[in-house]
Amino acid sequence: MSNTDIIIHDEKDNVGVVVIEKITPEQDCNCWIMENDKSISIQSKDEIPLGHKIAMADLNEGDTILKYGHDIGKVVKNIKKGEHVHVHNVKTKKW
Amino acid sequence: MEIPESFLGYKRENGRAGTRNHVIILPVDDISNACAEAVANNIKGTIALPHSYGRLQFGADLELHFRTMIGTGKNPNVAAVIVVGIEPKWTKRIVDAIATTGKPVEGFSIEGVGDIDTIAKVSKKAQEFSMWASEKQREDCPMSDLWISVKCGESDTTSGLASNPTVGNLMDKLEPLGVHLCFGETSELTGAETVCEKRGKTPEAQAKFKKTWNDYNDFILKEATDDLSESQPTAGNIAGGLTTIEEKAFGNFQKIGGCQFIDVLEPAEEPTKGAGLYFMDTSSAAAECVTLQAAGGFNIHLFPTGQGNIIGNPIEPVIKLTANPLTAKTMSEHIDVDVSKILSREMNLSQAGDELIKSTLRVANGRLTCAEALGHKEFVMTKLYRSA
Repeated sequence: MSNTDIIIHDEKDNVGVVVIEKITPEQDCNCWIMENDKSISIQSKDEIPLGHKIAMADLNEGDTILKYGHDIGKVVKNIKKGEHVHVHNVKTKKW
Repeated sequence: MEIPESFLGYKRENGRAGTRNHVIILPVDDISNACAEAVANNIKGTIALPHSYGRLQFGADLELHFRTMIGTGKNPNVAAVIVVGIEPKWTKRIVDAIATTGKPVEGFSIEGVGDIDTIAKVSKKAQEFSMWASEKQREDCPMSDLWISVKCGESDTTSGLASNPTVGNLMDKLEPLGVHLCFGETSELTGAETVCEKRGKTPEAQAKFKKTWNDYNDFILKEATDDLSESQPTAGNIAGGLTTIEEKAFGNFQKIGGCQFIDVLEPAEEPTKGAGLYFMDTSSAAAECVTLQAAGGFNIHLFPTGQGNIIGNPIEPVIKLTANPLTAKTMSEHIDVDVSKILSREMNLSQAGDELIKSTLRVANGRLTCAEALGHKEFVMTKLYRSA
């Protein structure tokens, strides 16, 4: 088994979580989808530290971020596939 | 893994069992802390539980204060209790309620006597209780004597990926054995509240949860000056990669595995509907939450952390686990169970759950937790509103 760089909770999710110390720009990353035990790959665009999220698809302002297969917030600034997803481009829908 | 049928606990007069054998000096109010601490300093084998409140409270806030005091004294991890208050009336109310367990309990009040003579009187009784408790032996107790509470803190995305699901795996394996289980953190279910509501075992439990969460949310909307984005998620959560309260909530929710909750408890309320999972309406602040769960009668606590929360409790041992490999390395003295190998896929969830069960039993049998060895005794009252 090749090393896992990114874990995705649910097949529907459009973000994954970095599980190594960090990934670097243009790194080819191995992703593991927990729900169905599938593996996919993605090339990163940003440096992303452990525990932070990467976009698995291009996302536009107003789109919903899915993690655990559930709505965890909205995109407030367009995000390209492979970019870092965090408080600078995603916000809660609650408050 | 074959789960053991028993652990070594202290059998109490009311049929419950403790994982610890504390003799506590419990101040009713803030101004009785000095006396309680002086006694605990005099008499070995006792601990004082100082706190900041207990004067001029009223209504539901006062009732919660009493429930927390009484529940702490009744907890089976406590062998005997001395209650010290400034005046006799509230002191007696707490003593009488703790006495229903059958354990040794005595109350003292300071007014008209002064600290020095009270300390002398209380010390004599504390010495008697301490020496009496020291002869108690651990005996075989069925697994169903374990009352396990859970709460996570300084969470990050590794909590939702691995350490919280590890707790959920333990719940799935221990629930059929008749263990009492409890989760809380009303605010940190925001975003997952409708999914959580559906985990109520009965329509009544679901409705009670919905009302509890809605009441909380109304309070937040009324009191919040901006939004809770500075507090929920916390700076530590954000550093760990959590972006929104919804993301934090779905991670938090992994702690209950596939279990359904049978009832919703008021803060510090003791469950009465038998074994199974309960939701308790608590703050998500770690020390407040664990203090309330301990007062509800829970005798061992599981605390998954991401960025490294260091909390402990004076009477309920707090076992910490993390899946964050950096935290496991940089804060190893705080981490009882390292499940970071789930992230590198060298360990699966079921194996991690088994490891956690083994560690839980070792602590139930007497092994000190990291927090106990380091002297963490956070005892924090939940205050509902300002005093009169």
